[in-house]
Amino acid sequence: MSSEKDKQHGHAAVRARPKRSLKDKLGWFSDHIRNEWQIYLMLLPTVVWMIVFLYKPMYGLQIAFKDYSIFRGVAASPWVGWEHFGTLFSNDQFLRAVSNTIKISALNLLFGFPAPIILALMFNEVLHAVYKRTAQTIVYLPHFISTVIIAGIVTTAFSPTAGVVNTVMGWFGLDSIYFLTRPEWFRPIFVGTGIWQEAGFGSIVFLAAIAGVNPSLYESAVVDGASRWQMMWKITIPSILPTIIIMLIIRIGSIMEVSFELIILLYQPATWSTADVVNTFVYRQGLQSGQYDMAAAAGLFNAAVAFVLVMTANTLSRRYSRTSLW
Amino acid sequence: MAMSMNLYSRGDKIFAVATSILIGMFTVATLYPFIYIAAVSFSGGFAAAAGKVVLTPVDSTLAAYKYVLSEPKFWMSYRNTFIYTIGGTIMSLLIIIPGAYALSRPQLIGRRFWNLFVAFTLWFNAGLIPFFLNMRDLNLLDSYIGIIIGFAVNAFNLILLRNFFEALPQSFEEAARMDGANDFQILWKVYLPLSKPAIATITLFCIVSRWNGFFWAMVLLQSEEKIPLQVFLRHTIAFLSDDQEFTATLSTQAYSVESVTGAIIVCSIIPVLIVYPFIQKYFEKGILLGGVKE
Repeated sequence: MSSEKDKQHGHAAVRARPKRSLKDKLGWFSDHIRNEWQIYLMLLPTVVWMIVFLYKPMYGLQIAFKDYSIFRGVAASPWVGWEHFGTLFSNDQFLRAVSNTIKISALNLLFGFPAPIILALMFNEVLHAVYKRTAQTIVYLPHFISTVIIAGIVTTAFSPTAGVVNTVMGWFGLDSIYFLTRPEWFRPIFVGTGIWQEAGFGSIVFLAAIAGVNPSLYESAVVDGASRWQMMWKITIPSILPTIIIMLIIRIGSIMEVSFELIILLYQPATWSTADVVNTFVYRQGLQSGQYDMAAAAGLFNAAVAFVLVMTANTLSRRYSRTSLW
Repeated sequence: MAMSMNLYSRGDKIFAVATSILIGMFTVATLYPFIYIAAVSFSGGFAAAAGKVVLTPVDSTLAAYKYVLSEPKFWMSYRNTFIYTIGGTIMSLLIIIPGAYALSRPQLIGRRFWNLFVAFTLWFNAGLIPFFLNMRDLNLLDSYIGIIIGFAVNAFNLILLRNFFEALPQSFEEAARMDGANDFQILWKVYLPLSKPAIATITLFCIVSRWNGFFWAMVLLQSEEKIPLQVFLRHTIAFLSDDQEFTATLSTQAYSVESVTGAIIVCSIIPVLIVYPFIQKYFEKGILLGGVKE
């Protein structure tokens, strides 16, 4: 309590600086630069890099409202207002991509979100330390494997003639299926691959939360004769609930960011109906077909929705946990 | 002793065994695809193409590896990946370390603004098209420099390191300042030695993301002699079965599209497996460092 007060006094003291004249301020500023120029020099590369590679493209986003021509460049191309957005929202492929993005994200949330939590809770029950450590080492690994390799393994394993999946199905007398050309199989394969790759790594955050649970809670539960199963439900899960909720909020905030790189590697025209998401649509329309302005508009739509979601998520988590994510 | 005996009842032991078995199953399921692809890579071409491989190599042969390792494009792409990984990681560290130090200084004017300036890039991204057109305007298409510089800074890593710097004890720094050290000296002699775990985490994140990076390399690089391993692998998977020259040799060779794909995958995973134990030491702490900040 008293430290709170001291803090406030501290702030008041800073604010109540005597008023300085402009000349004093300039003098103070030039003294400051003379003494501290080094930190500004250190900041310079970061700022320049961010302006050139991240903020300048934001300026370039105006082509979403222009009839962009490569020869005229961004600034000189004529404005067309919301025309591209009008075109997009009457384009079935785009609408399908928006709907697919949401559907794939929803499946990821439904199956991909609980997986690392369940895994962490199970890890917490494993008694043999070496066994646990070895298992952890293995399940974290796929996170560090490149998307191309993952796609290569999936393509090989699900191939109609060469793949092990069809071989094993053959043992049970099932007909072989060319999975990657079947729209109904795309999402299960994609979401399953995501769980295989990320559930282990995702469990780290929850394991850390479990490690932070007050041990005296378990000790008194043991005295009361509670079983491990009961302790998991009555102590562990309630204790890590804040972490679960924060991770859920982050997850909802990134609904528009389906890992499109993996989709590009796995989809084909036959599966576009279920696989095409906004970013793959942008990639095809823009980078492959050269319709830069319309694709930029689609990308802007995606980024704007993502921005609103992330901001909402951050506000919610701040309200919920008094800590913000950044 | 009696106490510890009582800690786990009979039911608890069954529960512990059951979870251990489930964890074991998940672990095996995680490992299996790697074993499978390695088995395919060591299998004879016919067996690999006909789906005979399940767990261990069938008609074991090194033919696929001989083909891959004698392919100049494979070595070229491997060399390029090293160039992008080493060059890109050094570039990242050169920009991020001083930047994070500056952002952690309380005397920086407009510190809130600069932090927001950095964090905003996490929330809003101009997207693929403007980024691509910007790279083209900068004349960075199809260039080594473009790949190395264009992806050097990552706001997440920057914030992670800034948080770490902010949490360091002030006493060392004050002592160094008393001795007349300037900011560069303090960063080099005080902060860096104290921040080894954080720097190692970021370095390893950079190395892994560079090693694995494929999308922008595929989009930005046109020349075959500049593409990294991941793009070469992608070309192999996507186009090898359409390559007339390659398929014409298949009937006389002991490899197939599948076993060649498997061999390239194995060759590109090996370096990751080598650095993985080092990464593992740090990443568990690393992601927690950067995750939630008051």
